Amino acid sequence: MKLLSVFVLTINFFFFFFAYFVQVLFFGFGWLFFMRQLFKDYEVRQYVVQVVFSVTFAFSCTMFELIIFEILGALSSTSRYFHWKLNLYVILLVLIFVVPFYIGYFVVSNIRLLQRQKLLFACMVWFTFMYFFWKLGDPFPILSPKHGILSIEQLISRVGVIGVTLMALLSGFGAVNCPYTYMSYFLRNVTDSDILALERRLLQTMDMIVSKKKRIAMTRRQMYQRGEDQNKQTGFWGMIKSVTSTQTGSENLSLIQQEVDALEELSRQLFLETVDLQATKERIEYSKTFQGKYFNFLGYFFSIYCVWKIFMVKFWSQHISFILVGIIIVTSIRGLLITLTKFFYAISSSKSSNVIVLVLAQIMGMYFVSSVLLMRMSMPLEYRSIVTEVLGELQFNFYHRWFDVIFLVSALSSILFLYLAHKQAPEKHMAI
Amino acid sequence: MASLDRVKVLVLGDSGVGKSSLVHLICQNQVFGNPSWTVGCSVDVRVQDYKEGTPEEKTFYIELWDIGGSVGSASSIKSTRAVFYNSVNGIILVHDLTNKKSSQNLYRWSMEALNKDSSPTGVIVSNGDYDREQFVENAVPLLLIGTKFDQIPENKRSEVLTRTAFLSEDFNAEEINLDCTNPRYFAAGTSNAVKLSRFFDKVIEKRYFTRDSSQMTGFTDRKRFNFKSLHYD
Repeated sequence: MKLLSVFVLTINFFFFFFAYFVQVLFFGFGWLFFMRQLFKDYEVRQYVVQVVFSVTFAFSCTMFELIIFEILGALSSTSRYFHWKLNLYVILLVLIFVVPFYIGYFVVSNIRLLQRQKLLFACMVWFTFMYFFWKLGDPFPILSPKHGILSIEQLISRVGVIGVTLMALLSGFGAVNCPYTYMSYFLRNVTDSDILALERRLLQTMDMIVSKKKRIAMTRRQMYQRGEDQNKQTGFWGMIKSVTSTQTGSENLSLIQQEVDALEELSRQLFLETVDLQATKERIEYSKTFQGKYFNFLGYFFSIYCVWKIFMVKFWSQHISFILVGIIIVTSIRGLLITLTKFFYAISSSKSSNVIVLVLAQIMGMYFVSSVLLMRMSMPLEYRSIVTEVLGELQFNFYHRWFDVIFLVSALSSILFLYLAHKQAPEKHMAI
Repeated sequence: MASLDRVKVLVLGDSGVGKSSLVHLICQNQVFGNPSWTVGCSVDVRVQDYKEGTPEEKTFYIELWDIGGSVGSASSIKSTRAVFYNSVNGIILVHDLTNKKSSQNLYRWSMEALNKDSSPTGVIVSNGDYDREQFVENAVPLLLIGTKFDQIPENKRSEVLTRTAFLSEDFNAEEINLDCTNPRYFAAGTSNAVKLSRFFDKVIEKRYFTRDSSQMTGFTDRKRFNFKSLHYD
């Protein structure tokens, strides 16, 4: 009997050690991702941002790890419960206190006016956030009335609402966008001559802008020189001459300047269109490669799966759905990181990069917390108990209904949006 | 003002270093009040008196092409940007003195712009490694400008200036360090204004008055160039 208990203890110790080691691994991975991908081109000046991002990532991933442990039956149930609670407290602390405060702090640092009292304004921003965060609970029937004000359920429920909305929006859009992007059926046919024609138009527009700016520069130079001569002109006649000549000069200038502004707007549009065509051409070339064909096939497969999901057929048996849970975890983490990276490149600059990374960390944390909430439904019955126990008596059904509604809305509006964009594009190029 | 008289100078650098403010300061002698993210390319024109004060003084228009974006942009954006790199007569490399990465990225920027010219298919031939020899015998004059000089604390200034000195040696270029929100740096008679004027004179000279700068101009430009040199000599 003693040997058995010693054996069990060592196994538990092994899992214990393994759990923390894996958590350190997650932290390291988050750190590496931050340095190599997100901040490849920027200088990291504020290490606190990097630490916060890696901590959020590490603790979010640990939650998934704990679910797996739950299913494997690793560690004793009391220690699992303890770890769940610990992890949950840390995550909530980070998502509700640390990250929003730092977001406020960095936003305030970017605004020149408020530089002096940074801490004070950051605290004010945080209190505003907390106020709206609390108010979020009112319109939703997410709590049963017997919970106290400061209980953990209050916080989790609100984080859950935000996270579930985000997840549903992203999934709805992804369900529609993924087949649209990868399936070659939808790829517009772009030839090299189309791109060359657009490039030629772009350069012609730039040439027109240059010639108008040369005229402006010349006119201003002449006005300036005449201005110097005017100081030497005296008498009544001299004054009249000076008034009339400068007036026509500046009228001309403002006319030309307006034309220049219009041409600059045109050049920006042409640039963006050319970028769009180049991207489509690259996508076409990619689809001809082996990798591209593989993703094309996956695209068909996923689109069927997504269409099925849109019509909400609940037919899977419990255990098959659990395997899907595993796949969903891995692909959604990967998909989220890729989407976040693309989004980050599109909108960041060296000024706002800190704020954006923190916002991404917040979204990622909330996304992962609500994944756990939603995953409960896909898990076999015997494993649901721990999630229910840890998260308290939330109205889980509400979250599922809310997810389905938002998913449907998001998918339908994405279909509409992509349809309009697809229709508009070929006509634009015909108009050359 | 024939379109044949063109002198084109690129202004390259990471986003947010202050290229648009710099171009505005150089061309309009005014501080740019409303900087926003540059989409694509924005051009401005500077009127330059070549060989000012001498009997050979002539007025040229220098086009400053300020190209937006970062070195890590998607390849579709890079291919589109490459359209602007044709027949370039000079390059101004801009970096942020408070951000080391922006200085390091200048190597990649210069490779991107220069490699485009030497391979007409538009494919980047080098493997991305920085080749110093290419800059020593480079036909295109370079100028290195560091911005946000005022944001460096006094005690760090010498360290930063040493770093930029190495950089200017690598590029075989002159360097100017300034703050784009202060027009004092380019006031007439300051050493910065003199360096800038010298750079533009060098660009004009290479474009019109020397016989072997045709490496950077296209084949059709060469014919025009020969005609011009007959005209001015």
